Amino acid sequence: MMDYINIFIKSIFVENMVFSFFLGMCSYLAVSKNVKTATGLGLAVIFVLTITLPLNYLLYEYVLKAGALTWLSPNLAGVDLSFLSYIVYIAMIATFVQIVEMFVEKYSPALYASLGIFLPLIAVNCAILGGSLFMQERGYSNVGEAFTFGLGSGIGWFLAIVAMAAIREKLAYSNVPKPLKGLGLAFIITGLMGIAFMSFMGFQL
Amino acid sequence: MNTNSNTYTIIYTTVLVVVVAAILAIIASVLKPRQTANVELEQMKSIMLAANIGETNGQPDKKADFKKLYDQHITDAYAIDANGNKVAGVDAFHVDLKSQYNAIKNGGELTLPVYKCKLDDGNTVTILPCYGAGLWGAIWGYLSVEEDGETLHGATFAHASETPGLGGEIAEPWFYNQFDGKSLKNSGAFSSIKIVKGGAGSDRNGVDAISGATITSRSLQNTIEQWMNYYKLILGE
Amino acid sequence: MDKETYLKPLFKGNPITVLVLGICSSLAVTVQLKGALVMALSVTLVTAFSSLFISLLRNTIPNRVRIIVQLVVVAMFVILIDQALKAFSYDTSKMLSVYIGLIITNCIIMGRIEAFALGNKPWPSFVDGAFNGLGYGMILIIVAFFRELFGSGTLLGYQIIPQSWYIENGGWYANNGLMILPPMALILLGCVVWVHRSIDKELQEQ
Repeated sequence: MMDYINIFIKSIFVENMVFSFFLGMCSYLAVSKNVKTATGLGLAVIFVLTITLPLNYLLYEYVLKAGALTWLSPNLAGVDLSFLSYIVYIAMIATFVQIVEMFVEKYSPALYASLGIFLPLIAVNCAILGGSLFMQERGYSNVGEAFTFGLGSGIGWFLAIVAMAAIREKLAYSNVPKPLKGLGLAFIITGLMGIAFMSFMGFQL
Repeated sequence: MNTNSNTYTIIYTTVLVVVVAAILAIIASVLKPRQTANVELEQMKSIMLAANIGETNGQPDKKADFKKLYDQHITDAYAIDANGNKVAGVDAFHVDLKSQYNAIKNGGELTLPVYKCKLDDGNTVTILPCYGAGLWGAIWGYLSVEEDGETLHGATFAHASETPGLGGEIAEPWFYNQFDGKSLKNSGAFSSIKIVKGGAGSDRNGVDAISGATITSRSLQNTIEQWMNYYKLILGE
Repeated sequence: MDKETYLKPLFKGNPITVLVLGICSSLAVTVQLKGALVMALSVTLVTAFSSLFISLLRNTIPNRVRIIVQLVVVAMFVILIDQALKAFSYDTSKMLSVYIGLIITNCIIMGRIEAFALGNKPWPSFVDGAFNGLGYGMILIIVAFFRELFGSGTLLGYQIIPQSWYIENGGWYANNGLMILPPMALILLGCVVWVHRSIDKELQEQ
């Protein structure tokens, strides 16, 4: 149990996708102009990360890893498909996003109107693919850990974008040097928030 | 042609995926031997540097052929279990340290690699690996112990993703050269290396920690202690 | 095709400082100049060739699975680069670790494919892709230059700041530890944008 809590807290604060790894920056900067849309995108990211991470974990463990195909037949122990991992992960993510989009469009037009426009953005959100790649590199030991990591990273990303949007809403009323307005200042603020988040570093749970 | 029909879409994606997979499979199988050789060479280099072979003034030699040095100097490589007994039929060089780390953590059969290395001056050192978790990702390394079973001859460390300039410094010569001449015993009893802040000075059991990288330093200290707890059973024999 | 195709992605339409694309996978590799150079080169190759490839296929791709087809093509080139680095330049591959894989989701590539390659002939698409990659690489290299110089006192691994300046050796200088930490990349990038927009006033936001 402690392991799960540890991974969960760590992935939200200590190893925050945005502030420690700069992942998902494109949509983070583009969509953080007001809190409402930021919340929508943030929720969509949590959802997609939480589902695709365990799925990709299973794919890696039972299909891609060196010797992973032994459950089919012992003769396949020498097969190593790990070179295909990037393509399989991204295809999985893109397919999943597309299916969810079609599903939501058909059965819940209201949800589609608020969330739908963000879904295509998510397939190319590096935080999602990054999550799968980190999961592979860190070698989590079971599906539960992969799930916790996905949920935690999603919430971390959500927090980051909502906080940023709140700050930018306030900034609209401040007097900023013209060349710095908008993008320039957004970068610097993200940097400063990153420094603030570094104070979580080294929490031993 | 109607590029929006279902049949077309399905055939198109299938053909594309098969073509791409075939290209990648060919490239991967052509490059695989080179990649494996690179990984093995890297491991041989770490093992040799841990015994201070292939180093000039503590810095790794850029031109040294570590494969040749490895073949020349390593006289024996075997694996031990949790009680320090040799395990027969294990290829020590290809033991996956990560799986051993998991086995130490969660309980399970251990096959810990041990390398015997003959130095140019005729002495033999025992080279022992360790592997653990740093701040961001894995850290691992090798320690070489002299015949008396306590004096460290040398060490090297490596990491997967520690911050360059902070935790990443464990892979730098200034850090790992501090281990040379330190001792794994304190007044006769086993005592692992302490990585402490602010100058270990003349302490034979301690080395300087990296400033600004407390977590990595502490993790490395724990990792070394964890592995040496098993290896102490065979040292000094 | 005129001069605009070459120059626009480098300055007026720079993917990072103007279009806000492709920041994700790359800022973590700007601690050292070497990583930034390899990353810049890899991204340029991938953008150029995937634009070329998609442009060749542009009339045959079924619209509904467009995104997946594009991602598969991009992923193929990224895997080729990853495999080649692992085989021929193992040290660099270790240094860049997962960030090579993340080129796949680098928005510059998808952005250029969607905005340009899908509607243009192969050769202009190739050039457009290559110069967008270069425009991106240029920013990476600027950021990495300052981070390595002030953070470690070196460039490409060679000591630039004289050893005798350092406090340890009786001098007055110390490396700026903040430079090697991730947030500093963003702050530097903010400064690059600032300078760029001070020079080119048209780009300022209202």
